[in-house]
Amino acid sequence: MQTLTLTVNGAAVTLTLDERTLLVELLRDHLRLTGTHVGCDTSQCGACTVHLDGVAVKACAVLAVQAEGAEILTIEGVGSTEHLHPMQAAFREHHGLQCGFCTPGMIMAGIDIASRHGPAPDEPTVRAELEGNLCRCTGYHNIVLAIQAGARAMGVPSSVATA
Amino acid sequence: MFPFTYHRPVELASAHALLVANEDAKLLAGGQTLIATLKQRLASPSDLVDLARVPGLTGMAREGEALTIGAMTRHAQVSASPLVVEALPALAELAGRIGDPAVRNRGTLGGSIANNDPSADYPAACLGLGAAIVTDRRVMAAGDFFLGLFETALEPDEIIVSVRFPIGGWAAYAKFANPASRYAMAGAFVWKGEGGVRVAITGAGQNGVFRWGAAEEALAADFRPAALEGLALDGDDMIADIHGSGTYRAHLAGVMTRRAVARILERGSP
Repeated sequence: MQTLTLTVNGAAVTLTLDERTLLVELLRDHLRLTGTHVGCDTSQCGACTVHLDGVAVKACAVLAVQAEGAEILTIEGVGSTEHLHPMQAAFREHHGLQCGFCTPGMIMAGIDIASRHGPAPDEPTVRAELEGNLCRCTGYHNIVLAIQAGARAMGVPSSVATA
Repeated sequence: MFPFTYHRPVELASAHALLVANEDAKLLAGGQTLIATLKQRLASPSDLVDLARVPGLTGMAREGEALTIGAMTRHAQVSASPLVVEALPALAELAGRIGDPAVRNRGTLGGSIANNDPSADYPAACLGLGAAIVTDRRVMAAGDFFLGLFETALEPDEIIVSVRFPIGGWAAYAKFANPASRYAMAGAFVWKGEGGVRVAITGAGQNGVFRWGAAEEALAADFRPAALEGLALDGDDMIADIHGSGTYRAHLAGVMTRRAVARILERGSP
């Protein structure tokens, strides 16, 4: 067992866990943050995408102990039902989801794309960036539109694209 | 996963001491291959030694005519580094096509080459650019480092510190990625510079990354895709699996080599 402290959605958390615990298990099973999904558990599908110290990672491919001291942002931390994050609002507006299973990962990936590519990523860029996020319903078309709209709404200047 | 003891050393010497004290210990870098392997119970290390907090293993620096990249530098950092883009654009491009964005945010250069997966991208760049692998005790030429399938010249307690890539010449990497895994079905890293031509093929050979000598000779005489006409790798030496036969991969390696040559020429080099 290992005791670790990390920040999840702005709150400090201290847990004692089996070393084998994955970050996604820490979030879902221990903190009951079940918005982060497990689709494939082989780091192909991206449904478990969260931000670790500001960058998108697949929470099924990170050990919880590796996140000691890190800041984790999950879908629960980006917006609320009353105040959706611009990326969430864009997914609703553009019908970027059908069953919704991949959506938390898509939104976390979308925010990551916007923070690296700025407010106007073109379609090929968004499609290439979504290589690691699978959707079995939509055919991606509206997801791409939603991420472009969300990036615009976030208004991140492109000067931070390679920071 | 089988149980293991987790360690997070904060200096290189203690990481090394942990490897010495625990025969079945394994180093943990970005974990993008190792964690999946542990989950499938394909490995059962007694101890995991996480290198994330060991200082001096990350970062990129140009020292004269070489670019040194720390072993724990993430693929995303390499691909986005203005230093790498300027000095070795083909290397930045290669790093930017490993796996997917989330994998690139975790995976590391040192982890990739220490694992020496026969379909990994970085080994091709190391061989193609004639890189030097710097460990905690010696410097090895890439040609002496990659020994075979998942096999390197590393001693069990040896730790990669950085990789030194010579700057100069022209290079390109062409890769045909498996659409599901993003691993190379065949990838060709071609370099032309003072001293000739290097062609490093990954994803195809049964013994992992290798240099294609016949293609190097042909291209040294005539650096055009057409110079490779009539040259073929032996399908019997290539990986054959559900994704493709050996003959298919041998053919694909040739196609990727021609594409890499064409890309170098398009950019208006030699």
